[in-house]
Amino acid sequence: MITKLIILLVIVLGVLALAQMMRVYELSSKLSGKEEGEISNRDNRMNANFMLIFMIALFGGFIWLMLKYGWTGRGVAASIHGEEVDWLMNLNLIIVIAVFFLTNTLLFVFSFKYVKKPGVKALFYPHNNKLEMLWTVVPAVVLAVIIILGLRTWNQITDVAEEESIRVELFSKQFDWTARYAGADNTLGRFDYKLTTDNNELALLTANTLDSAIFQMENGPAGIHTLEAKLNDRNLIMVPEDRQKMEDDLSRKERLIRLLYQMRARHDGKNDASAWDDIIQKDTLYLCKGKEYEFNFRSKDVVHSAYFPHFRAQMNTVPGLTTRFKFVPNKTTVEMRDAKNDKNFNYVLMCNKICGGAHYKMKMMVVVLEEKDYKTWMKSKSNSTFKDSYFPKAVEAVETVDANVMADTLAVAI
Amino acid sequence: MAAVAHEAHGHHEDHGHHEENFVSKYIFSQDHKMIGKQFLMTAVFMGIVAMLLSILFRIQLAWPGESSDFVSFFLGETWAPGGVMKEDMYLGLVTIHGTIMVFFLLTGGLSGTFSNLLIPLQIGARDMASGFLNMLSYWFFFLSSILMLASLFVESGPAMAGWTIYPPLSALPQAVSGSGLGMTLWLFSMAIFIASSLIGSLNYIVTVLNLRTKGMAMTRLPLTIWAFFITAIIGVLSFPVLLSAAVLLIMDRMAGTSFYLSDIIVGGEMLTQHGGSPILFQHLFWFLGHPEVYIVLLPSLGLTSEIIATNSRKPIFGYRAMIGSILAIAFLSFIVWAHHMFVTGMNPFLGSVFVFTTLLIAIPSAVKVFNYLTTLWKGSIVYTPAMLFAIGLVSTFITGGVTGIILADAALDIAVHDTYFVVAHFHVVMGLSAVFGMFAGVYHWFPKMYGKMLNTRLGYVHFWITLIGAYGVFFPMHFVGIAGAPRRYYDYTVYNEFDVDSLNMMMDLNVIITVFAIIAALGQGVFLFNFFYSIFRGPKAPQNPWKSTTLEWTTPVEHIHGNWPGELPTVHRWPYDFSKPGEEEDFIPQTVPLRDGEEEH
Repeated sequence: MITKLIILLVIVLGVLALAQMMRVYELSSKLSGKEEGEISNRDNRMNANFMLIFMIALFGGFIWLMLKYGWTGRGVAASIHGEEVDWLMNLNLIIVIAVFFLTNTLLFVFSFKYVKKPGVKALFYPHNNKLEMLWTVVPAVVLAVIIILGLRTWNQITDVAEEESIRVELFSKQFDWTARYAGADNTLGRFDYKLTTDNNELALLTANTLDSAIFQMENGPAGIHTLEAKLNDRNLIMVPEDRQKMEDDLSRKERLIRLLYQMRARHDGKNDASAWDDIIQKDTLYLCKGKEYEFNFRSKDVVHSAYFPHFRAQMNTVPGLTTRFKFVPNKTTVEMRDAKNDKNFNYVLMCNKICGGAHYKMKMMVVVLEEKDYKTWMKSKSNSTFKDSYFPKAVEAVETVDANVMADTLAVAI
Repeated sequence: MAAVAHEAHGHHEDHGHHEENFVSKYIFSQDHKMIGKQFLMTAVFMGIVAMLLSILFRIQLAWPGESSDFVSFFLGETWAPGGVMKEDMYLGLVTIHGTIMVFFLLTGGLSGTFSNLLIPLQIGARDMASGFLNMLSYWFFFLSSILMLASLFVESGPAMAGWTIYPPLSALPQAVSGSGLGMTLWLFSMAIFIASSLIGSLNYIVTVLNLRTKGMAMTRLPLTIWAFFITAIIGVLSFPVLLSAAVLLIMDRMAGTSFYLSDIIVGGEMLTQHGGSPILFQHLFWFLGHPEVYIVLLPSLGLTSEIIATNSRKPIFGYRAMIGSILAIAFLSFIVWAHHMFVTGMNPFLGSVFVFTTLLIAIPSAVKVFNYLTTLWKGSIVYTPAMLFAIGLVSTFITGGVTGIILADAALDIAVHDTYFVVAHFHVVMGLSAVFGMFAGVYHWFPKMYGKMLNTRLGYVHFWITLIGAYGVFFPMHFVGIAGAPRRYYDYTVYNEFDVDSLNMMMDLNVIITVFAIIAALGQGVFLFNFFYSIFRGPKAPQNPWKSTTLEWTTPVEHIHGNWPGELPTVHRWPYDFSKPGEEEDFIPQTVPLRDGEEEH
């Protein structure tokens, strides 16, 4: 408390002292007959010199930052299109930095050189069509080059993925990622958010999951029957807000159940197999070097963004909409660790769209393996398909195998 | 307002305008000069708040997890238990900082202050076309400011979805606490703000078109007026779209509609909304959001044109090209909005179209920069504080502008989208440039506003601290961004788990950035002292302190209602006759008739 008072006192006294200094300054300038609007030659000169000094400091600081931090963190690109992007980025940066130096130099040097000097009058120079044409056409030409190169790369990156590229879904929710591999058929099973239950977090669509979702919605702990029973129970005393909440919940679930029944009536089960063989993977995303991946992005709640900084890849995940991005990783985790000379380095998938309090913690490790190791890993997963996890009887046996194989793979690759 | 109220001396009853009481003169004033000052005062206050918020979250970024008395003092135990701010509050601070800076300081503060002050004075009008609407515009602005500030004190916290308030995050209180009452206040505050802005803009347009004095052709308007005029047109065309975006969001939040919501499960609750699109919101938002950049920037460029010409004692180079580039920028600003959305899942072909239009904007921008440079060339530069800030603006406009070329290139944007590179880019090109323009304007027209002079030496100190601080904050930020650091992260120590090199770099630079931010913030104290001290006790301003040519310097120093005591002045020439060969003085006011045989520029 005392310290706060002292700080306050110092601030007040400081302001008062400054005010008194201002009075003295004003009186003295009044005595010397100087008007506040008039800028003395000395002041002009001083600011002109500062302009030059500032320019040198600015450029010096920039060069220092470039030398010290230029490529830290970013590193080389770890994907094929990423290398193209980096080449283009470097080209653009060269142009941009050149323009930055050129124009800032002109600005600060002019500011230094053409400061008011006694007896020198400014040049009356209102326009010059040739000059103006020059700096319209030159930027236009440079920009044309930038646009053409940029669009060429952009079109390649956003082109439709090849038929045989590996399909992986990345499912985002506050605040983690889940991957779903398309399994042996390389076709991702269908989904519908209304089918989300505890043992079907990704809401995959099969006849079984449909039935189970309907059952949950009707008979589950917060299902329609329970809610109705509670609302009709005369002995149960509730605060009006709670009651209102429960009624809202009920009406929402009644609407959803109608939709679920409609869905079941139309469901023919033809595509169920493509869902059953999908492999759901948490914590770490394993990729194979040299293979093209087409990622399908989904969101459960709000907009997130799947950002793979090292692969130069990014795409938002949007609730109610599937977005896509494809890339070919071309350096394994081990290779990248050697290149960066950092034994603990890992690729990462981060969230890059504000999504709530723990936004900054929402990430998933990414490991790129050689094809051999990748196949070993895939094999280890062959008994943990969606079907296996949905009907848990087989799980115990699988987990032991999984752990053993994984230990081997990790020893080899990571 | 007390500061304004002090200026009570100098009534001009003898000029035949009616007697005014305190309320009609200082509070519900319909005089454009007073309304301009009201806008400035409110904006300065809002600016201080927003700056303070930024210092709070910069402390968190530089020293994450460390207890700070400063943070604890402002946020208290609720939001900063033990002096460490909560994650949610961090997002709240970021959101409100952005909102206030973009809308309240740089839109309301800049256009509101200088359009009001300068449009009638520089075109030779007695007042705005509608004084009443003008007053209404200010009071809507005031009300929306109050609502926005109030949202900081709500129990569930202010809006926390970023200043762009993308739904569903901003629509669902279950997703983040700030999307409750805080977001409601944000939306209502912005709705009122938009009304204020629209009323103001319509008034500016009508005034410029109809109330120019005799001889003031459109091609004799100072570039400030051109900038304000075009800014107002952009505002009228784009702000209603933001209003519609906000209204639809309010409906989604309160009426159960699904404009922006589809297939969502949040907080264990399965919502029934289906078929809406979050991307629709982004389109609507950025349809305002991008022109907004120019709503912020053009007035600053206009003020700078005037100040650079005056203090170089040279005509602005390429007057017509300057007007042309303002028009080109204004037109293009409406067809570039989706460059904010390259990686939202928008159709890639649409993306390519926006790459093309966005990069085109670099051309008129380059024309403006080179015209400024040529204006300085062979000038006779007088370093008033306003001139310093104007040169600062040109520098930041270049530095921030060139990085835009990288962000506009969709292929490159993938790698740096939503990283600190973007933060650095728009802070330099929009934030700093607009703020520098605003300071330049305040220093230059302070004599016209208050009839007093600001202290020049303190102005110098303020400028150099601000320029060094500003570059010190935002230059390193580019490097953090190129390294791939996502924006709006509460704590970068998460990098510890996968990339220690990057972590070390980010932590180094974050400390540097925060230190410069604190220095720059303290530097603003010099300005505030100078500003308020000079309002009360500054030396009396002469008639035309900067020897400028435009009409406002022909009005009496003491404000009178109706601006000119006698007849309105007549204009005979363009506003940039500085250092004309064969003339005695190095400036010729617009009211001086052409001599025999003299050519108009």
